[in-house]
Amino acid sequence: MKIGYYPGCAITKGSSSEEYGTSVMRVSKVIGPEIEEIPDWSCCGASSAHATNHKLSTALSVRNLSLAEKHEYKEILAPCPMCSQRLIISQKDVQEDAVLKREVEDAIEMPCGTKVKVSNYLEIVKNYYMDEIKQKIKKTAKGFKVACYYGCLLVRPPKVLKFDDPEDPQSMDEIVRAIGAEPIEWEFKTNCCGGGFTLSRTDVVVKLTNDILEGAEEAGAHAIAVACPMCHANLDMRQKKIEKEYKRKFNIPIVYISELIGLALGLGPIGLGLDKHFVDTKSVVDAYT
Amino acid sequence: MKIKINLDNTSSDFAKEVEKRSGIKVKECYQCGKCTAGCPVAYEMDYMPNQIIRLVQIGARREALTSRTIWLCASCITCSTRCPKEVKIAELMDVLREMALEENLANPLEKNITAFHESFLNSVKKHGRISEVWMLNEYKMKRPKTALQDLAVAPHMIAKGKLSFLPHDIKGKDAIARIFKKCKPK
Repeated sequence: MKIGYYPGCAITKGSSSEEYGTSVMRVSKVIGPEIEEIPDWSCCGASSAHATNHKLSTALSVRNLSLAEKHEYKEILAPCPMCSQRLIISQKDVQEDAVLKREVEDAIEMPCGTKVKVSNYLEIVKNYYMDEIKQKIKKTAKGFKVACYYGCLLVRPPKVLKFDDPEDPQSMDEIVRAIGAEPIEWEFKTNCCGGGFTLSRTDVVVKLTNDILEGAEEAGAHAIAVACPMCHANLDMRQKKIEKEYKRKFNIPIVYISELIGLALGLGPIGLGLDKHFVDTKSVVDAYT
Repeated sequence: MKIKINLDNTSSDFAKEVEKRSGIKVKECYQCGKCTAGCPVAYEMDYMPNQIIRLVQIGARREALTSRTIWLCASCITCSTRCPKEVKIAELMDVLREMALEENLANPLEKNITAFHESFLNSVKKHGRISEVWMLNEYKMKRPKTALQDLAVAPHMIAKGKLSFLPHDIKGKDAIARIFKKCKPK
């Protein structure tokens, strides 16, 4: 199955979360899907556009859907949940508002892409590749406890995204189980990490992520699995600062679900980008035997 | 928290205007407070999320648009998800931020947040994608007091090749600039 690939800015090579993109591509080569980058895709506008200018936010996102349809993709994979959420919300907004649709078409100089299906990474794996994983799995991490952290953008707003349960989602847990590790019960699956405030209100991010790390630690997690570059940056890059601020030690590795799948498939940790993290991931790599 | 509002400065048109712009049914809110109970950033806000809705309902335009709350909303959408009346509170915050900017009422105490948004969008306008180094550079120039706070993480980012100094220009960057022009606020 051929799927249009919308990486978004944060996970492209040379960006802060490139290991997410790298690992998604490596894993896709083994289990699928066959992905093709949407030619000349642009930024979805992320939080800054929707927080300040609805029309701009919609136009920036819809441009990419229109490009995808121009190249005849029926479905696109957007591994960054900020991107997938914005693309889906913007598509719905132009579907429901004829005036906005006209304005957006005038701005992007193309017909609005109203049909292409936008999927996040968990959705793609869970919908199409669970059997493939079971067949191709080479290593397991028996007894390795993983806290699946979904954050906000994968599951909310539920009526628009229509993906999993907004309070107690299960899809990442199922994937973790399928790759031979142990998902744990914990209470912070969909709590907010402060998202885009990492530079502007670092204090807010530090407080919220401290709560999340504490929740994972108390539940006995050996690692936290994520599928969002912002969740990853806040929990991984800021972990030292959190430890300093709260005078404590966590040392919890934060790994992308795609990296875990890669390890289970027997791919090398460096090729997956596990050497790029702030918190050492050796314990995760060693757990897979 | 007790808040005092000068009712002489309220206008019943405000709720109508917000509803018309956004389609959000502000009047449905019966002040149960569930949005505030689940809000992760409420502890930093000057008005609680349910109070913001109340301000809109009674037409306290200035109080709502100059609040710090609208900028501190992290858009996690927990409030809208849990609202028993399906009031889209997070989406309401988007509309109020947009109006605050249009009327030059954004609270100066949250200038870090507005400066971040400006820097982010300027990078998109110029290159079509985010160029993290250049966005960061513009943000730090705008908010020099934040210049040192991220220095601790910079060496790791550079050593791991995670901060590219080459801007990610797309071919259609002129088309992106035209999108910005056409979507300029009134």
